[in-house]
Amino acid sequence: MANISKRLQKEKIAKLLMQLSGILITGSLFLILGTILYKGLPHMTWEMISQTPKGGFYLGKSGGVLNAIIGSLYLAGLSTILATLIGIPIAIYLHVYVRQGTAISRFSKLLFDVLFGIPSIVYGAIAFSIMVFFGIRASLLGGVITITLLTIPIVVRTLDELLRTIPQDLKHVTASLGATRWESAKVMLKYIRPGLFTALLLAFGRAIGDVAGVMLTTGYSDNIPKYLDEPTATLPLAIFFQLSSPIPEVQGRAYASALILTFLILIIVLCTHFLSSKQKKHQT
Amino acid sequence: MDRRIVKDKLVKNSSALLLGFMLLVVLLIFIGLILKSQPLLESHPLGDILSKSVWAPMKGEFGFLPFILGTVWVTLIALLIAVPLCILAAVYLVEYAEDRLRNMVLPLVNVLAAIPPVLYGVWGVLFVVPVIRDVIAPLFGLQISGYSVFAGGMVLAVMIFPIMMSIMVEVIQTIPQELKAVSLSLGATKWETIQHVILKKARPGIIAAVVLAISRAFGETIAVLMVCGNIPKVPNSLFDAGYPIPALIANNFGEMMSIPLYDAALMFAALLLFIIIFGFNLLSRLILNKLEAPH
Amino acid sequence: MYSFPILQAEETPNIISLKQPHIQIKDLHVVVEGQEILKNINLSIPNNSVTSIIGPSGCGKTTLLKTLNRLLDDSKDVEISGSVLVNGEDIYAKNAEVTHIRKKMGLLSQKPFTLPMSIFENIAYGPKIHGEKDKGKLKAIVEQQLRNVGLWEEVKDRLDSSATRLSIGQQQRLCLARGLAVEPEIILGDESTSALDPISTQIIENLLMDLKQRYTIVLVTHILRQARRVSDYILFLYQGEVIEFGKTEELLLHPKHEITKQYVKGFIS
Repeated sequence: MANISKRLQKEKIAKLLMQLSGILITGSLFLILGTILYKGLPHMTWEMISQTPKGGFYLGKSGGVLNAIIGSLYLAGLSTILATLIGIPIAIYLHVYVRQGTAISRFSKLLFDVLFGIPSIVYGAIAFSIMVFFGIRASLLGGVITITLLTIPIVVRTLDELLRTIPQDLKHVTASLGATRWESAKVMLKYIRPGLFTALLLAFGRAIGDVAGVMLTTGYSDNIPKYLDEPTATLPLAIFFQLSSPIPEVQGRAYASALILTFLILIIVLCTHFLSSKQKKHQT
Repeated sequence: MDRRIVKDKLVKNSSALLLGFMLLVVLLIFIGLILKSQPLLESHPLGDILSKSVWAPMKGEFGFLPFILGTVWVTLIALLIAVPLCILAAVYLVEYAEDRLRNMVLPLVNVLAAIPPVLYGVWGVLFVVPVIRDVIAPLFGLQISGYSVFAGGMVLAVMIFPIMMSIMVEVIQTIPQELKAVSLSLGATKWETIQHVILKKARPGIIAAVVLAISRAFGETIAVLMVCGNIPKVPNSLFDAGYPIPALIANNFGEMMSIPLYDAALMFAALLLFIIIFGFNLLSRLILNKLEAPH
Repeated sequence: MYSFPILQAEETPNIISLKQPHIQIKDLHVVVEGQEILKNINLSIPNNSVTSIIGPSGCGKTTLLKTLNRLLDDSKDVEISGSVLVNGEDIYAKNAEVTHIRKKMGLLSQKPFTLPMSIFENIAYGPKIHGEKDKGKLKAIVEQQLRNVGLWEEVKDRLDSSATRLSIGQQQRLCLARGLAVEPEIILGDESTSALDPISTQIIENLLMDLKQRYTIVLVTHILRQARRVSDYILFLYQGEVIEFGKTEELLLHPKHEITKQYVKGFIS
């Protein structure tokens, strides 16, 4: 073959390009983490995570973003709990009570896929209009409702994937023992338990990082909320606000806040990773 | 015995209720958006709204073209960067890389999916914008702030890496080994096999991944808003500022309610997003479901 | 566990010597995931004839076939030692060029795997890859190969339609034609008729018997009657070892080894 060396050369070039693409894609992760670490670390102080904003905080005076950290944890925690309480029955219903492959089952799954894709700003805008209509002010409750709607599809979709991995035999066994469908559903839930926590963590991660949904509905406050109807600061919004400030100290705090959020997210990612490898072992 | 069955029925009905409730939520969002944007649609013809490029709410002029084109620019730039990179990397991971490398890279790419948009925005402001300002723009002899559709596209590209990669890898993995063996045993090189057989066979899946990524890109709000410049003018080049639809909503909602029709205009923007994203999502899911069907 | 006499060196099956055998296998060992699938294979496969590899499932038949055109290269955790000589060239030599080797061997797999393109493109794919650009020549190749497998009359009016629209039997013939289009010297068949109906099976078998005039053919089959019908030589493989290799009639009627006897009689499968 006369042209074989040329063909092999092409292969080599293609392979090089592929490797390069892979490096660029993976590298972008480290670039992002690196940038935030590099900029955030010099501004990171104990004050940042232990104090709420003091007077003149937004002019560069002392204080921290504890209000936003706690606010975010409240918001994400409550939304995740609510989303789970609503999401688990729906996922179970779609798997146990509705026959697979029927129009209802396919339509519902499609619906949740699509719901998952709707941007949070749309949820936020709608929730805001409803709140205005009923005269509710921006508050933790408003945020929780918005973010719950946002995270239900995540819970349902993740559980759906998990329930699909359950061997048909297991379903048949419980059914043939005379269990009602609810009873076999409980067995199934037990089977996917490690995965269940993965779903929760995914929802929590999405909830804690969302801005567009909360910026209209949750408001902002320098205090740690005590009641559901108080406006509440969230970490992503704290980053967003501080970053747009012209004062260098405040910008620095935005970088440090970004570092805190990154840290929280990485913890969630690590837990998810740990749990999903456990789920895999559990299944084999 | 009876109690068990009653319990079963109870669970069934309440779950069905919850499912119905979620269906209702979608419907309510859709109807709500239409109702709220009605005032704008009544006073301005739809064609004008979509095709005019003057945005002057004070004077009652609501041309959406700058925002639509802003979104289109940013999305296209993101796709131009991300699609080739993701296809190449996905093929490499499935066809060339060893298991160990693949099991290392894929989780890392998934970490990208977990990073919240606002952190992408921070990265965009701290890294992408300065790079465009200090490195790329000077190459073209330009002096700009760096806040541009290009910056938005670059940040978005990284944001859609994970969803594209994960779908593409999955799709390429499902191509039967035997099909590759056919091409190889005819004396094709691995790259030729990839070009002519694998990529061809994977095409519907790749398209679905891209469509899904488009719908993700369309809706992305905060990260793009932070780096895009947000000037309501139709962008003419990579380095012009742009103003995507989600940014319009996020920046103005709830603030200028005193201007007549402004509220309706922003609701219309949300409706536009909802319809476009719903459509694209539906499309890609239908393609993917069809691909899964034979199994 | 069935016990059988282990072959001693002097007992190694009689290698049928012919002038310049196409394929010669020397000291071949294949280890997959730590398990020795093929143990010390030494063989010469005769030219211009059909050789069938038989043996119980899991004995390494398909692995042996795949080592012949280096299709195992891409599999995971595979160690291959020894050599396979094709026309005297070791295809496992360090500087061996794998696409060139594979081109020499047409592979017909268990199920027909058509490429995701039209009937015409399926056959033109190989020649195109190897640098044939002339449209007229490509057309001629496609027609000739389709005639070779008796498919021309059936598909000549729909060359541009997708290959998946053909029946399974037609697809398998298309796959054969596709393999022949790159002008191989050897045809490898991996249970090539196992997915086919009896009539298509017969067509393929007859084709193979015609083709042996021009090609050396190696088939893997688990159907003894098929091996008897089509092959000139039979190779009996058991647990990764060559137990017996000889002319078809001889091996089937007068097997030398107890284990071969058992297999031929159908006691082990």
